[in-house]
Amino acid sequence: MNSKNDMNTPSRHKVSALRLYGHYLSIHLRSVMQYKASFLMTAFGQFLVSFNMFLGIYFMFDRFGSVEGFSYSEVLLCFSVMLTEYSLGECIARGFDTFDGMVRRGEFDRVLTRPRHEILQVLGHKIELSRFGKLAQAIVMFAYGVTHSGVTWNAGRMLTVFLMLLGGTALFCGIFLIYAVLCFYTLEGLEFMNILTDGAREYGKYPISIYGKRMMQFCTFIIPYALVQYYPLLYLIGRSDNFLYGLLPLLALLFLIPCYLLWKVGVRHYRSTGS
Amino acid sequence: MRFEVAVMRFSDFSAADVTRPHPNPQNNLAFFRLRFLTGLQYRAAALAGVATQFAWGFMEIKVFLAFHRTNPAAFPMTLGQLSSYLWLQQAFLAFFMAWLMEGELFDCIGGGGVAYELCRPINLYDMWFARSAATRLSAGLLRCFPILIVAAFLPEPYRMHAPADPVTALLFLLTMVLGLLVTVAVCMIVYMLTFFTISPLGLRLLFSMAAEFFQGAVIPLPFFPRPIQAVMELSPFAAMQNVPLRVYSGNLAGHALLRAVALQLFWIFALVMLGKWLNALAIKKTTVQGG
Repeated sequence: MNSKNDMNTPSRHKVSALRLYGHYLSIHLRSVMQYKASFLMTAFGQFLVSFNMFLGIYFMFDRFGSVEGFSYSEVLLCFSVMLTEYSLGECIARGFDTFDGMVRRGEFDRVLTRPRHEILQVLGHKIELSRFGKLAQAIVMFAYGVTHSGVTWNAGRMLTVFLMLLGGTALFCGIFLIYAVLCFYTLEGLEFMNILTDGAREYGKYPISIYGKRMMQFCTFIIPYALVQYYPLLYLIGRSDNFLYGLLPLLALLFLIPCYLLWKVGVRHYRSTGS
Repeated sequence: MRFEVAVMRFSDFSAADVTRPHPNPQNNLAFFRLRFLTGLQYRAAALAGVATQFAWGFMEIKVFLAFHRTNPAAFPMTLGQLSSYLWLQQAFLAFFMAWLMEGELFDCIGGGGVAYELCRPINLYDMWFARSAATRLSAGLLRCFPILIVAAFLPEPYRMHAPADPVTALLFLLTMVLGLLVTVAVCMIVYMLTFFTISPLGLRLLFSMAAEFFQGAVIPLPFFPRPIQAVMELSPFAAMQNVPLRVYSGNLAGHALLRAVALQLFWIFALVMLGKWLNALAIKKTTVQGG
């Protein structure tokens, strides 16, 4: 059992976990390259997915000028940051998104027998490279949003954007993780979870305040979207001078803790489907 | 994608087909009926879908309400028309969303199962057309009523209104059917093009995105600037949900309505012709790669 020995030396284990992930990545890369034309088309299609959203925002502002006191450039910044967070989260945690199939087919049994952390294996199981098309688009939007936002950049604001990206990506990973946990019990992907992932990307393009007070409370205390979107945005665009607002995305990181605990509970209760 | 669970094995009753030597329109009707009944079996999935679509519809209306509060003068529809549009969009999602294609057909083309289909004395295009239409119809009908009924009892800006008069209601039903046929015809083109690429994801995405944008699923077409809207309305995609959803609330009426119906008919004809031509071409060239 050589691999067991590897695990006992923590430093070597860490390096090889990363290397293992890299290996997973290269396998997926080689496999999509078998259908190059289709891969490029898919990546391009993914690129367009959010382009539709951008056009929607563009034409709405073309007609209305502003929404609830937020200008086009401010909303664009909000949208692009949210989109980048979502795309990063999706690239990393896509394995959770297709986890229901893994449980149904009994593949998770195999995962449990290997001497590696389950999460690493589930993540490596499915890395959809075409999603990098979406990420590329998000980065283009992000660059456009940041340069056209009219924000006077200083160290504090740059830090805030970075924290927004970090907190938001973690938040989306956490939600994907919850989705996977539910699959332990339902065996089916639950469609209503779409609202928390796709829905958050779709409607998070506008500052959460436009959806009213109730929605703000939900997005602050239950699922902390507002901590990575609305409050730091206020600081970014100079609507608030409170630097604490800029640091709030760090609090969103705490969301990962209950998610991870839920995952642990889920794994403990896992019963193979036997197929 | 949730519609892919509606699996039916054609091989189960292929023997019966073979005994019938001549292609016969009744076959397509039978396929239609079978798919329709299969689709109706998935009631639990439909219920979850209804709840989800309800939430989406609610959020969508909230966005438009925020824009309305900001600048009511720039709003191109009444709020009632908008709410009806958005609820119908959610209720009949399965009719018009181009991304809801049948994974089984893609698998069958990519995996070589299509060879079995070609053995049948039935036109492949007609059979798949009937099948896709039935899948969409059953999924749509199963989901629409709970959404429409609840939406009809919501408080005012969110409420879904009844059509103004029976004629409008009839026109709505007519354009709805035509819109569904256009949607299926568009998807058929994607299936046929899949014969040439094998891995269909890219094509599927490109078509779905274009369809979504041009049919008014991102924002309804009246929200675009006039000249852009005029061009968009000519596209085959605008003949999908854009027409019936606006007919319902009276946003599209009179001369413009006639033109829209004519365009729907034209696109059904043109897309079916193109699809059949691609079908013939594909079958001549197709190589079944094992299986």
